[in-house]
Amino acid sequence: MSRLALLVLSLLLPSLAAAQDIVADLSQNRVSITTSFDGSELLVFGAIRRGGTEREEEDVDVIVTLEGPQHPVTVREAERRAGIWVNTESFDIAAAPAVYRIATSHPLDDILTDGSDLVHRVTVERVIRTGGIPDHFEQAGEFIDALVRIREASGLYAMQEGTVQIAEQSLFRTTFELPSSIEEGNYRVRIFLLREGRVVTQLERLVGVRKVGIERFVYNLSQEQPLVYGILAVIIAVVAGWAASAAFGRRG
Amino acid sequence: MQIYLPIAEISVNAILLLGIGGLVGVLSGMFGVGGGFLITPLLFFVGIPPAVAVATSANQIVAASVSGVLAHLRRRTVDLKMGTVLLCGGLVGAAIGVWLFNILRNAGQVDLMVRLCYVVFLGAVGALMFVESLRAMVRNRRAPPKPRRQRGWVHALPFKMRFRVSGLYISVIPPAIVGLAVGVLSAVMGVGGGFIMVPAMIYLLGMPTKVVIGTSLFQIIFVTGFTTILHAATNRTVDIALALLLLIGGVIGAQVGTRIGAKMKAEQLRVLLALLVLSVCIKLALDLLIRPDELFSLQPVLL
Repeated sequence: MSRLALLVLSLLLPSLAAAQDIVADLSQNRVSITTSFDGSELLVFGAIRRGGTEREEEDVDVIVTLEGPQHPVTVREAERRAGIWVNTESFDIAAAPAVYRIATSHPLDDILTDGSDLVHRVTVERVIRTGGIPDHFEQAGEFIDALVRIREASGLYAMQEGTVQIAEQSLFRTTFELPSSIEEGNYRVRIFLLREGRVVTQLERLVGVRKVGIERFVYNLSQEQPLVYGILAVIIAVVAGWAASAAFGRRG
Repeated sequence: MQIYLPIAEISVNAILLLGIGGLVGVLSGMFGVGGGFLITPLLFFVGIPPAVAVATSANQIVAASVSGVLAHLRRRTVDLKMGTVLLCGGLVGAAIGVWLFNILRNAGQVDLMVRLCYVVFLGAVGALMFVESLRAMVRNRRAPPKPRRQRGWVHALPFKMRFRVSGLYISVIPPAIVGLAVGVLSAVMGVGGGFIMVPAMIYLLGMPTKVVIGTSLFQIIFVTGFTTILHAATNRTVDIALALLLLIGGVIGAQVGTRIGAKMKAEQLRVLLALLVLSVCIKLALDLLIRPDELFSLQPVLL
């Protein structure tokens, strides 16, 4: 289906891309979390407008990022105190994405300059906002590195270098795996077109990740009516305990 | 079969959760403990966020305890009066515990405190029970056991009350304090506190063993029920879907466990439980002492 979409897109290209350098779309703009949700795949595809003012032989690169909802998070460091490992230092990060993925057409260092990264906030280290005090900058770096390392280890952050396929310097596609421990919210997909390390143009799309059905109902109840939810949880437990006792009591 | 848990926001294997519930159910049926001290660490291990694991364990223990108490009520081995006194202390303790849990979490020390509590209490209870039951086994081989009744400082306190089912005439202060302490632990550790309550009732209050388990379970229902509601209302960390999977496994396991337990001698059961408690304790102690692979940890900031 995505192939067909690419084909259709390439046919429509001249008229669509007249005013911009890049067009792109997603395989889905909403992801539903059902009870059996076990991760999902998101395809990002599009086309680059060639010719015009640029020379034909000039190489273009594409970076695609996927960014989950941002939350504040506290990073804590453990130290040995009196023989046991205790959390001592802590650092508050104002906002860090729950999920972050970068897909590139070539190794990131080769296609993106530090300056462009700083301006466009491409890498996750630039997306994380410390909201912070400049005095603590060196220390902050250590804590941000730890945050990225932990989330990479649990599959929430990922760098997918070379996974953007560019066909004939004009059509591109890449896929992102959405992890199974995903949370609700609007996920932002950014597509960067790069030439010689600089971002030429940038495009943004949103994917809405929503709990549906019973997941939606349970979650809403727990947030909006926490007391009712708590009492309901206890009632369910009491009934289950009674039912088990009754069922097995008669038999035993 | 993967299932997405609405509150924990993580997809886990439903069979695995049923298995954990079942395993803990077998143990709780055999030994007459709620099994919270096993279920909470196991949930950490599966990747459930600690706050959700603690709150949901409390919910699961409600179901296990109701199932157990009904069986004990049929056998008339529940001291409702003693249970009520323990409960009054327990509810106050649970409120203090949830409050303490929030303070510790904001200080970033909740993991440490929960683990330290586990190590200290599991270690103490496990060691005491192990020594006591080994002695009982040796004694049994020599002579039939004599019923003994403690007459210590516990019996010199005021506000005495008669507990007919337990055959006791003691002050209400010790049971209320035992209830309070267990209430605090139940909220902080996500356990029913049976593993502390049961030895405290036998050795501290001098209650006869046959009414101890039923009475302990009776008050645990209310304390864990109260804890569940408090956690749901203040932290929103009770996951009904998770609790349901655990308790389905748990209630089935408990029945199997009861049948295994009925075929074994009381001292043998206590030695086994002591060994189990001690091994969980040693595992947790090692985690505190050995340098962790990752020195940093993340904690979401709650609004």
